Amino acid sequence: MTPATIAFITVFFLLLLVSVKPFGLYMANVMEGRPIWPLRVGARFEGLIYKLCGVDPTSQMGWKKYAVALIVFNALGALAVYALQRLQVWLPLNPQQFANVSADSSFNTAVSFITNTNWQGYSGESTMSYLTQMAALAVQNFMSAASGIVVAIALIRGFARHSASTIGNVWADLTRSTLYILLPLSVLLALLLVGQGVVQNFSAYQDVTTIESVTYQNPKVDAAGNPLKDSAGNPITETQTTQKQTLPMGPMASQEAIKELGTNGGGFVNANSAHPYENPTAISNFLEMFAILLIPMSLTYTFGRMAGDTRQGWAVFAAMAILFVPLMVLAVHSEQQGNPLIAKLGVDQTASLTQPGGNMEGKESRFGIGASALFAAITTVTSCGAVNSMHDSFTPLGGLVPLFNMQLGEVVFGGVGTGIYSMLIFAIVGVFIAGLMIGRTPEYLGKKIEAFEIKMSSIAILVMPFIVLTGTAVAVSIASGKAAVANPGAHGFSEILYAFSSAGNNNGSAFAGISANTPFYNIGLGLVMWLGRYWPIVAVLAIAGSLAAKKRVPVTAGTMLTYGPTFVILLIGTVLLVGALTFVPALALGPIVEHLTLWGT
Amino acid sequence: MNTIIRPAITLFLIMTLLTGIVYPFAVTGIAQLLFPAQAAGSLVMAGGQPVGSSVIGQSFSDPKYFWSRPSATSPQPYNAIASSGSNQGPLNPALADAIKTRVEALKAADPANTLPVPVDLVTASASGLDPEISIAAANYQAARVARVRGLPPEEVQALIGSHARGRLFGLLGEPRINVLELNMALDILPAHSAATLRGSRFARSP
Repeated sequence: MTPATIAFITVFFLLLLVSVKPFGLYMANVMEGRPIWPLRVGARFEGLIYKLCGVDPTSQMGWKKYAVALIVFNALGALAVYALQRLQVWLPLNPQQFANVSADSSFNTAVSFITNTNWQGYSGESTMSYLTQMAALAVQNFMSAASGIVVAIALIRGFARHSASTIGNVWADLTRSTLYILLPLSVLLALLLVGQGVVQNFSAYQDVTTIESVTYQNPKVDAAGNPLKDSAGNPITETQTTQKQTLPMGPMASQEAIKELGTNGGGFVNANSAHPYENPTAISNFLEMFAILLIPMSLTYTFGRMAGDTRQGWAVFAAMAILFVPLMVLAVHSEQQGNPLIAKLGVDQTASLTQPGGNMEGKESRFGIGASALFAAITTVTSCGAVNSMHDSFTPLGGLVPLFNMQLGEVVFGGVGTGIYSMLIFAIVGVFIAGLMIGRTPEYLGKKIEAFEIKMSSIAILVMPFIVLTGTAVAVSIASGKAAVANPGAHGFSEILYAFSSAGNNNGSAFAGISANTPFYNIGLGLVMWLGRYWPIVAVLAIAGSLAAKKRVPVTAGTMLTYGPTFVILLIGTVLLVGALTFVPALALGPIVEHLTLWGT
Repeated sequence: MNTIIRPAITLFLIMTLLTGIVYPFAVTGIAQLLFPAQAAGSLVMAGGQPVGSSVIGQSFSDPKYFWSRPSATSPQPYNAIASSGSNQGPLNPALADAIKTRVEALKAADPANTLPVPVDLVTASASGLDPEISIAAANYQAARVARVRGLPPEEVQALIGSHARGRLFGLLGEPRINVLELNMALDILPAHSAATLRGSRFARSP
């Protein structure tokens, strides 16, 4: 790590750290419906929404109704995303006249965006109309993020309430998290991003005449648009010269803002946040990384506040931070080291005052190594999945970090809402293990942890490794799974493992060489994303309902403290034990063997 | 079920209208007022015609220009509607082959150059549209550009110096230089004094 990188990362995290308390407090006030000024300003509009919906925001729901309502609401989103893609050619705001999207790709994208995964099998700038981007995809960027927040808040209420049969009103929770948290921040961030050069318009794509002409080989196609091949199976090409460059346009900044704030990660264009129109400067990059972490980090404080003891929130925050830092450092270090095979070709990979050095394949000049590897670590510990560099071209250990970050279950800060609720599930398992060791009934935040909670926690935690490893195993066993791989050897296996880890954890980033826009991957990954999202959500809401119904146990001398260093270590150990034991064998077949091959030869 | 279905549908429609229509149009309206040039794509004009965007790279392969970074977009490099990296893994033989070819092309265009080849000049960017190269990559090419254009090397070096961007506050971004702006400045160089150049918009007559 260069001194400039260390300074940059330090300042970045200090700024986040000072934001956690005020913003976490704000979110707690919003979700508890306290009459702070934004809620007073928005009260009339908020009231109108409830009136139109025919709901009383003060009426409370039990966990089953809360869960059903949330899933129905998300299912409507899936239908809308699917329909808008299948009909876009006949709808307005499609200046490029993009055709309707295929059925399997539309299904995949619909599930991908309602589950906050935002895995993309398609190329945005050549597939999706502006209307589809806005009214289908961006809406789900908001709604999936709001859905994550409300589940987290419901679980926190489960701890905070006692002898209660309800966990909140899902309509009020969704409305408030959108109106007072996601929307204002998005407007602010979108405008800051436009100032940096992110485009925001509804114009058709802009043709420009470049300074120099480009001569290239263009693949010939037949009348049906299929590539022509010669007798040896190689594509037939013709030499062409052009001086035209077509620049993509569209409402990108508005989408970019919620893409980061909601830890969604679905890019307007194919190259995502590596594209200069989505992320044009070092400042826009800083803002985007800040936006990804702001809500997940601050929700730890919201949790502590609503549960009545902010030390509990800081303990969870500390466990997350301690897990994050070494993995992030490993990624930055590995990328700065570069590729020994490239060094052999007489290429200079040493960082200096005039060049970033390191492994620059798949990275942008304005970000260099530090801001690329940091982005990769941030986007995979949270369930964001936006990328500003191509993870597929990372060094083996640099690529292991994003992969392992996801496989930890997106609990290190994690997605908006999902991070804190998934981590609290690990906390429940942690106190259970500790309870077994000392022979006492486990308690967490004054609630007895009993058989039902442990059963539901096990379901919530174990579904992810099950679907990720099963999906990977199926894909490497069948021809249509293996055909998608772009790189030879162990790296090809890593591409498949990465795809299923990303889908199962609702992350959405990729080792992007994989050609996943095929019926097998569209449907397979679609199912994995769906199970990886809603199975844990139902289990978490069940725990919330069960905890809310319990009586509060008074603190005694024998109560295990859940805010000291011991608890933090216990929580880290639980996360690592589950993550490491489940995935290290698979990692050994991919990035680890690749690392040994790269440096051993 | 009516206590779930009706609110779900109504709330979904309201939120679609609010976050899917009102929000992007409102942001567009404010952005057009505050930052019209950026919102429209930061276009670079020459003679009244758009010749590119200051944030999107272009392909340069003539020895008289500074070359951009390699681009993996298809079918042609710097295809701005098909942004993509190479996605080649570190052990992929195709990656080493591609880098070898690029190093050879640089050496063939400037056989006398003994400087080390900067890594960013022979590796494909993430987007395939990287508008910039490192200062080292510009320095590496300065002698070639000066020789082909018949310019004194100091003049080309001075141009690099005046277009170079450093780290903001010493923290943000890497030392780099915008290739399109640099090459456009080169094209008008013989008629002007290098000392007064700061992009074509500020060029003065001698």
